[in-house]
Amino acid sequence: METQALIFMVTSEVIITGLTLYFFIRVLFTKPKGGVDSYTDTKE
Amino acid sequence: MTTNNLAWGSRVGLILAMAGNAVGLGNFLRFPMQAVQNGGGAFIIPYLVCFLLMGIPLLFVEWTAGRYGGQFGHHTTPFAFHKMNQRWIWKYIGVFGIFSNLSIAAYYCYIESWTLSYTMHSAMGTFNGLSQHGVANFFTNYLDISTTTTGIPYEAVVFYVLCLALNIWILSKGLSGGVEKAAKIMMPLLILFGIFLAIRGITLKAGHEGALFDGVVGLNFLWTPHYDSLMNPKVWLAAAGQIFFTLSLGQGSVQCYASYVKKKDDIVLNSMSAGWMNEFVEVVLGSAIIIPIAIGYFGLEKVVELTQLGGLGLGFRVMPFLFEQWGPILSVLAGVSFFGLLFFAGITSSLAMGTPCMSFLMDEFKWRRGSSAVAFGVAVLVLGLPTVFFFQEGVFDEYDYWAGTVSLVVFAMLEIILFSWVFGLKKGWAELTAGADIKIPNIYKFILKFVTPVMLIAVFFGSAVRPVNDDWSKISFRGWDLHHESILGQMLHNNIGPNHKYFTDAFYSEKSGVVDSVFVQRNRNYVRVTDTTNAVKSSAEFEYKAKNQLAVKIGDQVNKGDALFTGGMINKVFFIDISRFLLTLVFVLIGGTVYYAYRKRVREKTI
Repeated sequence: METQALIFMVTSEVIITGLTLYFFIRVLFTKPKGGVDSYTDTKE
Repeated sequence: MTTNNLAWGSRVGLILAMAGNAVGLGNFLRFPMQAVQNGGGAFIIPYLVCFLLMGIPLLFVEWTAGRYGGQFGHHTTPFAFHKMNQRWIWKYIGVFGIFSNLSIAAYYCYIESWTLSYTMHSAMGTFNGLSQHGVANFFTNYLDISTTTTGIPYEAVVFYVLCLALNIWILSKGLSGGVEKAAKIMMPLLILFGIFLAIRGITLKAGHEGALFDGVVGLNFLWTPHYDSLMNPKVWLAAAGQIFFTLSLGQGSVQCYASYVKKKDDIVLNSMSAGWMNEFVEVVLGSAIIIPIAIGYFGLEKVVELTQLGGLGLGFRVMPFLFEQWGPILSVLAGVSFFGLLFFAGITSSLAMGTPCMSFLMDEFKWRRGSSAVAFGVAVLVLGLPTVFFFQEGVFDEYDYWAGTVSLVVFAMLEIILFSWVFGLKKGWAELTAGADIKIPNIYKFILKFVTPVMLIAVFFGSAVRPVNDDWSKISFRGWDLHHESILGQMLHNNIGPNHKYFTDAFYSEKSGVVDSVFVQRNRNYVRVTDTTNAVKSSAEFEYKAKNQLAVKIGDQVNKGDALFTGGMINKVFFIDISRFLLTLVFVLIGGTVYYAYRKRVREKTI
């Protein structure tokens, strides 16, 4: 694989995968707000 | 009192459903084609720029408009927009948010049914031992509803109805019990299947399993940047278009899903998580499957030629044959994974198209969940059957163009104007950031106010007046020839050619060249005209009925516009205009229903 193509691919994919994981992990670890929220599972 | 008791079960479920809405067939079939045709690796630059300047702002706008409408019990765009501005026009612009979903679902569920059928055929080993031509023919036969590939009469219709029934069943279970559960199962499986195929694609070795080249050759081709393409407006237009389709923007489904989120709950982090998840599936997985595998077996030149078939052509006509090269067990695994992931991508999107239609009936007419789901299914079936029966006549393409392309751009352009300029950015920003778990950079205020609206207006006008051959240097005050895919070009039937009458006694050749074949295939008669003047031969086949009389014989030289055969016939343009009439009728009917619902709400003093 040509160096330029490799740099392009790796940079794009690392940024995209990194941001995907970052945002999803933040969702998983953000504590629910108190009171009634939008999700029925937290009401049980 | 509303009967709309839909609700999300969990935050992760909402994000997976929203990502499932965005992740569609286009992630695997359209994105790689667009990248190949628009500068390889350099396509990713305008693509990501469009994502940051148009995709993310529109996600913010749609999540905000949805959650805002939901606070007043409005889960669809007509009345959500009405709440944002009381001028009558906005609720009718909101009609797009139901119209697009219904009309797109009509043909999208048909493609979805192909993936379901192909998953079954892959598991049954139907493609075992078929040549490349045989696999391509299988698809042609499948689309020709009068023939059957399994012995089931009208197989394509049966799978279409089966697919719709599955959609109705899941939708009738509600958001947490249906859509969300489906997303929680299907999205992880989709990513798993995608990773398996991507690894297979990348690790393909020349000389093994019949491959001619390494899979890496395909990746190299896809990711080698051609910087000169950055100066081409066509590339930017294609990148902007891809962002639209991939994020399901301008459709009304994002707003509907978001309308079930309460004001104190976050929408900023949610929208970022769902949006980037879609980008991961598209860029990381989508780029590593079709192109590397196809180039591994066919080489660069052939694949560039095959991309002219479009993503659907490559996916259904070619991929099953390539999987067959991997041996009996792996080919079944690969076929089931590939068509299975396409099916999961498709159904999680079609469920999102059904929800606004259901929510509208539940909000405005107090219909129950099950009845609303059935009503959606029946409406899709009625609107979708013409795409099944008259696929070859271009009905499918018309739906895709007007409902699945133009409507989205028009709707998105108008909704960003509503959000940033009519509702007001100050108020809009406050709504967007209420309950946010992450901070949005302030630069997005400027982007939402100026950059995104200007980009969308540019995309709309660029698409409307796109010049022939995408040669933008030809634009002048004296006029220019329109590309046949431009909005004006389509309206003016620029692609119709000499057969512009609905009913006619003669069919005229749409291509200049030599009549080199007259043949019968699947009980249908064809005459083929081949143009040999260019280095690469190009042919066109024209079907004629038994009652028609040929006006040419093999070896004749014909020019575009010369009669090929005579006798009564209906031209394609008739079906094209009927499709447009049908879509317009659907829009008007939904508009009328919105008017009726509005009057009802005024009488009941609930608006």
